[in-house]
Amino acid sequence: MSRLPPFQEVLERYGRDVLRVCAAVAGPAHADDCYQETMLAALSAYPGLRDPSVVRSWLLRIASNKAIDAHRTRARSPVPVAEPDPGAAPAVPAHDEELWARVRELPDKQRIAVAYRFVADLAYREIGDAMGTSEEAARRNVFEGLRRLRAVHEAAAATR
Amino acid sequence: MDELETALRAAADRLPVEAAPPSLEERALRDGLVDVAYATTESPVGRLLLAATPAGVVRVGWTDEGFDAVLEDLAERISPRVLEAPRRLDDARRQLDEYFAGRRTSFALPLDHQLSRGFRARAQAAIEAIPFGQTGTYASIAAAAGSPRAVRAAGTACATNPIPLIVPCHRVVRSDGSMGQYGGGVERKRLLLELEHALPA
Repeated sequence: MSRLPPFQEVLERYGRDVLRVCAAVAGPAHADDCYQETMLAALSAYPGLRDPSVVRSWLLRIASNKAIDAHRTRARSPVPVAEPDPGAAPAVPAHDEELWARVRELPDKQRIAVAYRFVADLAYREIGDAMGTSEEAARRNVFEGLRRLRAVHEAAAATR
Repeated sequence: MDELETALRAAADRLPVEAAPPSLEERALRDGLVDVAYATTESPVGRLLLAATPAGVVRVGWTDEGFDAVLEDLAERISPRVLEAPRRLDDARRQLDEYFAGRRTSFALPLDHQLSRGFRARAQAAIEAIPFGQTGTYASIAAAAGSPRAVRAAGTACATNPIPLIVPCHRVVRSDGSMGQYGGGVERKRLLLELEHALPA
């Protein structure tokens, strides 16, 4: 018998982390959808979770998969990615949104790793757990993501 | 930490997720993902925890039991898919309100008795049959449950009743007419019997 806490407790403890990762990776306009899809998928699979101590990284892995799905759906849609989404999206400071837009342009693994590191504040070992990779690979994904972001930033600064 | 990392952390702190995350209740209930739904409600005997499975009300908890402890117990014994979903408890909350307001003398709610087995389940079924405003004795409950000598066990069945109020164990008193014990405390028992004008002389 597993000794999983009531799912409501998981929601209360980790809900904000999931919402923040969703906001960063899928974009603020898709954060609520991404959060709901994540938590419903998690609730559905929850009784099968073997080890209650990994619940946070397990949730964040589901969240990043949902965020990538949302991102892909959007990329296929006729609305250009750079276009702000219509509807009552919460306001992100323009300067921040520019930064998140660049993060969202990163390849999947780097994007997720950067979000885990800087939004969910995970250690490299936890990033590895959440992404199903080694700690070393997690470190590399964050490093590569940051390297690309710097390159994009410098290129943009040079054209100003 | 360089400029970019500082900027990322600062931007992360400004992500607009201050408001409560959106509720899962509606979709989780519709998709059948909630094995134990719960809500809390105010009452003259203190705040109550109400929990229901798809089969019916499975648990009523007193505030002094600690709602977190009750929910953990339900997660372990029934399913960890426990979600705050007040909608599923709307009927139960309304009927309890009416009961406390003196406008309802019996409950019409589906109940899930899975937390009780054997003699206790039979004793609790006998308790359900005691009408509003009347009392039964521990001895009569033991007899109705098929074990006339198990008077003490009938007391335990009352004390461990997972659905107090709705399964009215407060209506079970001692054969000498005194009130006896109560899972929710004797003060609550007195108040409930007063409400029903059934306080033993």
